[in-house]
Amino acid sequence: MHELSIAINLVQIAEDAARKAGASQVTVVYLRVGALSAIVPDALRFGFEIATDGTILAGARLEIEEVPVRIFCDHCAAEADLPNPQIFCCPTCQRPTGHMVQGRELELTSLEAT
Amino acid sequence: MSDTPTRLIDVRQHVLSKNDRLAQALRQRFDQAGVRVINLLSSPGAGKTRLLEETLRRLGQRYRVAALVGDLATDNDARRLARSGAAVRQIETGGLCHLEADLVTRHLEGWGLASFDFLFIENVGNLVCPTSYDLGEHARVVLMAVTEGEDKPLKYPGTFRWADLVLISKLDMAEAAEFDAAAARASITSVHPDATIIATSARTGAGLDEWLAWLEMRGTRHEVP
Repeated sequence: MHELSIAINLVQIAEDAARKAGASQVTVVYLRVGALSAIVPDALRFGFEIATDGTILAGARLEIEEVPVRIFCDHCAAEADLPNPQIFCCPTCQRPTGHMVQGRELELTSLEAT
Repeated sequence: MSDTPTRLIDVRQHVLSKNDRLAQALRQRFDQAGVRVINLLSSPGAGKTRLLEETLRRLGQRYRVAALVGDLATDNDARRLARSGAAVRQIETGGLCHLEADLVTRHLEGWGLASFDFLFIENVGNLVCPTSYDLGEHARVVLMAVTEGEDKPLKYPGTFRWADLVLISKLDMAEAAEFDAAAARASITSVHPDATIIATSARTGAGLDEWLAWLEMRGTRHEVP
């Protein structure tokens, strides 16, 4: 359970960005979380509530976009989303592939603020 | 309702960018000092300390070796590892379930890194949280004991996926644990098709030559004269 320390980092970055933009209250935080980021969204939501308390993010909504694992298959010369991040095989041709192009994100994309 | 209009602020920043920056600075320090740094990950009880003990003892005959050991509490592991003659420091995380670059930086204070060829960082026993934190290491090694169940990599794909090397440990217990080596390899390669895998036993010494050769191949700058 490291989601609380993740949430604390998230709040620090959001506060800095909001202040720089001259905002005084953050209402929504948009986050992209990869399927292999080792983050549990529900645990992060819980940590987020605690970490935002008493900050300009207090009461803000956390919008999590879950990002699937995407691989590049050399054989098909194409990218494809993995239906299951435990099986690194191209879903089209079934050949194993280690080439991952997406799925480890933990990115604060944007904020809504006033 | 406030009349202040809501606006969208573009951020696009990795949430652990602060840790990543510190890790990058550590990596530069390690490179300048010519020390190779290995981050060891596993679940609790997979045999990290036992393997490290044997690794320090054997590798220490040819190289200058050191270890930084992370635990929630106690310095038992550091005291145990110090018996190998290697330089050892303990990081007691006080409940934190993983090591962060900042913790590593603080615990390296006053340590002459240039006097080591290899530094092993034994992470807190946990297969989830340490994965997200770069410690500036050159290689990440994930241990999996034969007693753990062959499908462990499928349960923790995020961790095994990023292993530069997967070490199967406690091979001497394989028979008692009814360990299915082929099934274990299949689950590792399912999440990490290009994985390098070495099966070891710190007790019998099986696989240790191959493990040490892998470490040497990953490069060291200077041997002990």
